[in-house]
Amino acid sequence: MNLAYRDIRHGLGRFLLTCAGLGLLLGVVLAMIGIYRGLVVDALTIARAPAVDLWVVEANTRGPFAEASRIPGDIREAVARIADVTAAGSITYQTVETEHGGDKLRLYVIGYELTRPGGPPQIAEGRQIARNHYEMVADKSSGLTLGDRIRLGRHVFTVVGLTRDQVNSGGDPAVYITLPDAQKLQFDLAPPAARVQLARGTGGSSRDTVNAVVARLHANASPDAVAETVHRWKHLSAITQEAQELILTRSLVDRARRQIGLFTSLLLVVSAVIIALIVYTMTMEKLKQIATLKLIGAPDRTIIGMIVQQALALGFIGFTIGATLIFNIKDYFPRRVVLEPDNVMVLGLIVFAVCLLSSGLGVRAALRVDPATALGG
Amino acid sequence: MADTPERPLVLVDRISKHFGEGETRVDALREVSLAVYPGQVVALLGPSGSGKTTLLNVIGCILDPSSGSMELDGEKVLEDGHWLRPNHRQLRLDKIGFIFQFHNLIPFLDATDNVALVLQLAGADAMAARTRALELLDYLEVGHRRNAMPAKLSGGEAQRVAIARALANKPRIILADEPTAALDSKRAGIVMDLLRKVAVEQNAAIIAVTHDEKIFDRFDRIFSLRDGRLELEGAGAN
Repeated sequence: MNLAYRDIRHGLGRFLLTCAGLGLLLGVVLAMIGIYRGLVVDALTIARAPAVDLWVVEANTRGPFAEASRIPGDIREAVARIADVTAAGSITYQTVETEHGGDKLRLYVIGYELTRPGGPPQIAEGRQIARNHYEMVADKSSGLTLGDRIRLGRHVFTVVGLTRDQVNSGGDPAVYITLPDAQKLQFDLAPPAARVQLARGTGGSSRDTVNAVVARLHANASPDAVAETVHRWKHLSAITQEAQELILTRSLVDRARRQIGLFTSLLLVVSAVIIALIVYTMTMEKLKQIATLKLIGAPDRTIIGMIVQQALALGFIGFTIGATLIFNIKDYFPRRVVLEPDNVMVLGLIVFAVCLLSSGLGVRAALRVDPATALGG
Repeated sequence: MADTPERPLVLVDRISKHFGEGETRVDALREVSLAVYPGQVVALLGPSGSGKTTLLNVIGCILDPSSGSMELDGEKVLEDGHWLRPNHRQLRLDKIGFIFQFHNLIPFLDATDNVALVLQLAGADAMAARTRALELLDYLEVGHRRNAMPAKLSGGEAQRVAIARALANKPRIILADEPTAALDSKRAGIVMDLLRKVAVEQNAAIIAVTHDEKIFDRFDRIFSLRDGRLELEGAGAN
C-alpha cells in the first residue's frame, strides 16, 4: 500500500495547487536561466554571423563591439593578400532608431559587401540583397515583413529577406544593408552640415571608412599567426574569433550576465527554502498520523518512504509544470530565452537534490515523534 | 487452544516508573503488578495524573519503565527494567492491538485500507490483507461502510473500524485508551459489547483506561490507580 500516493490522492486539489505554486517559482528560475543563456547567445550571435576567423580593427582597440573602431575600407585588400586568408570583407555596425507603423524601432544596422564575408548567415524568408542600394535583410524579431519599406537616414529601404534570431547584445534586431548604403548612413553629413564643411574646405575627405575587416582563413591556418602579421602593421589590431567571443562574454555582457546569474542563484536558494518549508509543513500536519503508524507497528522505512516520495512527487510535478509553462511562453519574452536540454536537466537534478534534502527535515521530525502521542486526546 | 487461568496474557510484575530526579522526581508507577487472563476485559480507573496512561504505555511497549518485569502472551519481554526485544514496533505489531479515544484512523485511507494496512505491515499480501479486512469489518457490523473515508464515518462506525484495525493481526492483547469517551451511552454500550465479544471469541485480554461510569458493568475487573499504586476496585457485572 503506497501511503504517499494515498495521502496525495486524498488531498489532491491542495497538493496540485501546491505543485502549481512551486511550478511557477521553478518556472521563474528556468526563465532566469534561459534569459541568462539568451544574453550570452545574443552577444555571440552577431559576432558568429559572418563565420570568420579574424577581426581586423583599429589599433589598440577591442572593436568593433566592445569599443569603437574606424579603419579605412581598403584595408580589406591588404588583409585579403595575407597568406592563409581565403576571403576578407569590410563591415560596419551601428544602432539606429527609426519609425515603423507609427512605432519607434531600434535596429542594429550591419553594412557588408555583397560578395564577401559579413552578410546574413541564413535567409529564413525571401532572398539575399541583390541590388547595391536600398535593399535590406531584416531579422523577424524587428516585426518587419517582406516588402516593408522603412526609412534609414535619408533613404527608404525595402525588406527583401528575413533572418531569424539575429539580434545584438542589447537585444536590438539586426538588419543587413550593403556597405555603401551603411557608410552613407553612418558617415554622410546632413546637407546643411555638408555645405558648411565644404565651405570650410574639409568636405572632400573619403568616406570609405569601416568598423572592421573580417577574414576567413584556410582550415589549417593559425588565426594567432595571421593576427600577429596584422599586428606588425602598427596601425591595426587583429582579434581572433575566439578572442572576440571572449571579449563579448567577459566584457560586454559580463555585468548583466553576473547580475542575472546572481539573481538566478538567489531564486534557487529561495526555491530550496520554500520546498523545504512545504515538505516540513506537510510532515508536521501528519504528526498524529505518523505517531499512530508507529504505534500500530509501521517501521521507520514506511514513514520515511511516505515523506520522501511525497517530496519527490512535489518536486517532479512542480518542475514539470514550471518547465512546460516556460517552454510554452518563452517566445513571448522580449529578449531571447534559451533553454538547452542540459540546463533543464541540471535544474531538474538540483530540484531532485533539494527535495531529497528538504525531506530530510520532515523525516527528522517524523522520526522524533513519540508513538505515545497517538494515545489520549 | 484456550489458555488456562494460570497463564496470563499480560503479567506485569512490580513495575515502577519515575520521571525526573531529586526534588523534581515524580513517581508515576510504584511497584505495580497486574495479571490479565485470556477472555478478560479489565478497566483501569483513576484521576488525572494517577498513572493510568503511563501503565498503558509501558504495557504497550511505548515507554521504558524504571524497574520491573513483564510478560506478554507468554513471552518475557521485560526483565529488571530492561527490554529483552529491541524492536518494540515489531513487538506491538505481533502481540498488541490499540484502540484510541478518537479512533485515530488514517484519514487518507478508507475503512478497508485502514484495517488492511496493519496486515500489510505484518507482511500479508495486498489481496489477503483486503479479504481479512473485509471479514473483520463484517464481523464488527460495519462492512457496509467498507469504502467510506474516516471523515464520513459516524463516531460509532469509526470506533468499530478502529477495533477492526486493532484485531487485524489477531493480537491476544488489546489496549484501549478511553475507547468510549467520544461516544454517547448507546454507542458506548455497543462498542463495549463488541470488545467483550472479541475477548471471549478470540481469547484475548483487553485492558481499557476509562472514566466512563456507564460502562463499568461491562468489565470483569476494575482496577484503580492512585498516586502510582494499583488497587483492585472490584469486579464488574461480568
